[in-house]
Amino acid sequence: MIKVENLTKRYAGFTAVDGVSFEVGKGEIVGFLGPNGAGKSTTMRMLSCYLPPTSGRAEVAGFDVFKESLKARERIGYMPESVPLYNDMRVCEYLRYRAALKGVRGRRMKERIGDVVELCGLKDVERKLVGNLSKGYRQRVGLADAMVHEPDLLILDEPTIGLDPNQIRQVRELIKNLGRHHTILISTHILPEVEMTCSRVIIINRGKIQVSDAPENLRARLQATGDIRLEGRIGDAERAAKELEAIEGVKAVTVVGEGEWTAFSISAAPGTDPREQIHALAVKNGWPLRELSRDRVTLEDVFTEITHPEEA
Amino acid sequence: MRKFYTLWSREVAVYFRSPAAYVILFFFLLLTGFNFWSVVNALNRGPSQVSLVEAYFNNYFFWFGFVLPFPLITMRLFAEEYKLGTIESLMTAPVRDMQVLLAKYFSAVFFYLVLWLPSFLYFVVFQWQTRLQAATAVGSYLGAYAMLILIGLFFLSIGCLASALTRNQVVAAIISFVVIAVIYSWSFLTRLFPNVSSALQDLTNYFSAVQHMAQFSQGLFDTRPVVFYLSMTVMMLFFTFQVFQYRRWKV
Repeated sequence: MIKVENLTKRYAGFTAVDGVSFEVGKGEIVGFLGPNGAGKSTTMRMLSCYLPPTSGRAEVAGFDVFKESLKARERIGYMPESVPLYNDMRVCEYLRYRAALKGVRGRRMKERIGDVVELCGLKDVERKLVGNLSKGYRQRVGLADAMVHEPDLLILDEPTIGLDPNQIRQVRELIKNLGRHHTILISTHILPEVEMTCSRVIIINRGKIQVSDAPENLRARLQATGDIRLEGRIGDAERAAKELEAIEGVKAVTVVGEGEWTAFSISAAPGTDPREQIHALAVKNGWPLRELSRDRVTLEDVFTEITHPEEA
Repeated sequence: MRKFYTLWSREVAVYFRSPAAYVILFFFLLLTGFNFWSVVNALNRGPSQVSLVEAYFNNYFFWFGFVLPFPLITMRLFAEEYKLGTIESLMTAPVRDMQVLLAKYFSAVFFYLVLWLPSFLYFVVFQWQTRLQAATAVGSYLGAYAMLILIGLFFLSIGCLASALTRNQVVAAIISFVVIAVIYSWSFLTRLFPNVSSALQDLTNYFSAVQHMAQFSQGLFDTRPVVFYLSMTVMMLFFTFQVFQYRRWKV
């Protein structure tokens, strides 16, 4: 659906997007991550035919965004970051205008507007002026506008920014449902959201793509750094530590809490999971355990690791 | 064409949705009405060489009211879209840059025509009430209104360009006002410096809006000003198109 080759955008004295290449297949929901100023919005603007790229090329649904811009634009539903809307129009008026601009006419327009109003929960505010809407509703109007012409591809630039947790959940549900019929490229700062909705994550930093993978795989890559925590009623902590260290894959064992219950933090070699052997050892020695767990690596850790290696 | 119509009707609707438009219309009517009244009054005092139409379109009140609305009509065309950021959603819809530009320009032209429409009623009412001829011939009306539209097209295109240059409406209004004022004042150069060579005088007269109006409102049709204003309008719109596109390359 999207094919990007060596896409570059240079402004006077600074490169916002530097030779980015990636592909997005039909039906994928791709999360676009990166710190502020990484080049997310610029890339999305180039894909949505707003900014012409300095070099490289991008294709949407088989149409070059620069050379066949109009055809590409017909197939893209784009929601810009700040959701710019005409404040002097009513919601239904605005949607009718946008639908007409995108070539949706007659009975189909009526149907589509009915659908998006329903889908985005705009029924109550249909007759209101856009300028009087709250941030959450504006966001939904923007979303409704983006999908009113049933585009093959939805490009959503930070669709949940400035929303309260309930609204974020609603938008997330909406995006998940949309994913059944549309390809979606979505940029966001809220990482749990990406984990929940996206089938693939692209992390971009300083204009370059750092990582492009499924969220599970990303986590798996970092899983190795997750420490194992063991807590049990163990008499001799030092002897137990030695026995634990003898297990294959265990790199170091530190006692983190002593008393009636002893707690250990065990770091394992990358790519290994010695929890099974630890459990077997505990059974053998008859240690009553109340915790044997491994820190779950979140996408947040991956993000920090990739974009700020020094802090990870 | 349908997209152009969609764009154009939105632009026109914006004019008539904002209270500012009615304020402009109100004061404009007041000004032109006062001008008409004072012209009729002056002609009432004694016999005169000029017809009512000629007198109406060739005095300072007319020119004052004529020049003033252009910056107000055109200032928001592009500047507002830049300011609100709606230019982004507009230009990512499948519309051509040229369609957007022309829709905006012709919406301004439409508002300008609406602004001047009532002035024609003054003459109708005058003829109906007094049973006198307001003009010496029909050509006088045709000429005056043709010139009104021609100069209007040119000045609106200047405002259009000014609006495309900035995201600040006030700045756009000031730019277009200054440029239009300079072009209009050009007409008075020969009055300020009466001793210049006749070649230079001819040159100023060729560009002088005041001269053109004086000529056309007598019913004297000349193709030179027509070509001049139309070609200047096309040039200004071409510049606007370039600026409009350039701003996107730069952003």
